[in-house]
Amino acid sequence: MITFSDKQLKTPKMARPVYLVTGGMSKFARAFPDKRQEELCIDALTEAAEFIGMTPYELKKYIHTAYYGHFADHFGDQLLGEAAMHDRLGLDPLGNVGIKTGGATGGSTLWEAYKTVASGYSDCALAMGWERMDEVPTDEGNNYISFAADKDWETPLGHIYTGYYAVMAQRYWQIYGKEEDSFRRTMAEIAVKNRGYARMNPHAQGPMKITVEDVINSPVVAYPLLALDCCLMSVGAACGILADEKTAFELTDHPLRIDVAAGSHTLRVADRRNMEIPLLPNETKEQYADLGERFPGGDRYPGFTGFLAARMSAYYAYRMTGIHDPTEDLDLVELHDAFTISDIQTYEDIGIRPYGEGRTYVESGDCYHTNPNTGAPGKLPANLCGGLIGCMHAVGATGIMQVIEVGQHIWNRWAEMHSDEGKWKRFGREKPADWTDLQVKGAKRGLAISHAGVGSHVTCTILQDPNHTLEGGMFE
Amino acid sequence: MSCEDENRGTVKVINNRYKPSGHFHYGSPNTPILNEMGKLLGVTNPRDITHIHSYGGEAIFFESLSKGKLLATRCDNPLCESHLSIYEPFRIHCPDCLVKATVLDITDLAKRTATVHSFMITERTGAFNTLEVPIKFVNVEFDGVCTILMGYLSLGNPKIGMKLLPIFNTKAPTYTILDISWVPAGTPESELPQNFTF
Repeated sequence: MITFSDKQLKTPKMARPVYLVTGGMSKFARAFPDKRQEELCIDALTEAAEFIGMTPYELKKYIHTAYYGHFADHFGDQLLGEAAMHDRLGLDPLGNVGIKTGGATGGSTLWEAYKTVASGYSDCALAMGWERMDEVPTDEGNNYISFAADKDWETPLGHIYTGYYAVMAQRYWQIYGKEEDSFRRTMAEIAVKNRGYARMNPHAQGPMKITVEDVINSPVVAYPLLALDCCLMSVGAACGILADEKTAFELTDHPLRIDVAAGSHTLRVADRRNMEIPLLPNETKEQYADLGERFPGGDRYPGFTGFLAARMSAYYAYRMTGIHDPTEDLDLVELHDAFTISDIQTYEDIGIRPYGEGRTYVESGDCYHTNPNTGAPGKLPANLCGGLIGCMHAVGATGIMQVIEVGQHIWNRWAEMHSDEGKWKRFGREKPADWTDLQVKGAKRGLAISHAGVGSHVTCTILQDPNHTLEGGMFE
Repeated sequence: MSCEDENRGTVKVINNRYKPSGHFHYGSPNTPILNEMGKLLGVTNPRDITHIHSYGGEAIFFESLSKGKLLATRCDNPLCESHLSIYEPFRIHCPDCLVKATVLDITDLAKRTATVHSFMITERTGAFNTLEVPIKFVNVEFDGVCTILMGYLSLGNPKIGMKLLPIFNTKAPTYTILDISWVPAGTPESELPQNFTF
């Protein structure tokens, strides 16, 4: 049983509030044989500038430091790719640094930009993320990704990262899913939902109109993970501009408050030791006293069934922003649905549902834009962009894309950014005849989770309309 | 030069310095990438390289596998909150107090108590995989050990709670984690994969 000190569990207190001013993203696809990475990053920065009625040239004049999220140097075969990108964006001689935390790279990039603005070092910072995963054959790509596991203890075992993840899925499937067909269908519903929402997103790589049966009949990757349970491998870029209050309101009339917190856990799942569950504000110790009785085998925390890093990122972020109950206090979320089952695990880690009850978030209809059970708006819609399963997972860009998507709902500009015929045409994609506006009406607050590997790094980003921040946050 | 070259690189350490000999990298010409109209879009950049890697304080673990032994470590610092915790995977230092941990031979413990905590089966692999497919990963827990070792099952089908026995590649060791594998308890020695012994 390991423990943590009060100093380690201290709620972060920033020196000043930080705002998300704007953001943008490129098209996402499996491959871009006709584009260099810098072209995609410039697409993202241009979209961010145009979103607030500026040119990239005008927006760049405000940027004081730059943070670049780019996980896998070996995919691009370019060390110091950040320096090349910084030059191509014309941002020399400003200070810049590269961020690498696996699948959480996008979120971590925002975390670093957030801290530099909060500290006063910069009044305006660029957070840009990208990934180039198309320049090696797929099996060599799988080999490269497997080096994000321990290269001596895990990578030689098949050189297949999905397998290192699947042992966790297997344990959750058996302990909390009880190997029930109904649970298998609930997992499949997530894949159907996210791929369906991706159909409304011109940036999305993997839109599909499919059924639960299509998912269940898709090829086995590593049971219980089937092909349609798994996220995409993508190329693309996304960026956000963060600023202090004065600069933010110079740039736009409607910046959003942003707060970011981070957690971590062991690189190898093997090294996880037992501990007490760190409680979120809407939980009590007593509610978990009989967890092992209700779910035999579930008494080991975090074991293979929870993500401590996600729990800790929410632990800090909720206390920084005054969130007591995410389902009540937030209007939408973007979660790291690398796999359908890890999406369910995350519902529990961030307190949308108690441990063991994640499936009910889907089964209740709460996670949908429109609750399929009632026809009413979903209580807390999730992954309306399509998520990693339907939209993309261009690793360094993913966590930033999620935050921009949440922001577009709070800005009440989701339809504008997703319905534009010109954008669909420019991306070479056909807008569906049944295109639907997924704007969450009246959205004021949202959350995005950015998650690495089997849970080594996770960030939790909270966006709030500055006129609707919660009591109990750092500056309220 | 071909990467099948008999003079492929090897490394020795003399006076604590690497002494490589032979060929370590193999280049071949790049080739153009054209679209269907014959327009140039890029080039391939083929190469074959060899990394040199130290196991450091874990070397004894990997060497012992080739001798049929499974080593773990224990924190023996009485001032540490994790005093007497046993770690498998082997950790050179206690993760809490960072004092160098004591090396233990847990081969007998593994033979008595190894149990499947979780598992997965897959037909998919990455480039350079050397295991036969389907690959069957097993996460193995041991009585009194606070962590859970990942490995692969060589015979049978895994199930949570299943009892296992460790087997070791003692006849043609690779000096990697692949030198330990697992079989269901009760497996006779005659059924073990080539080069493996109990």
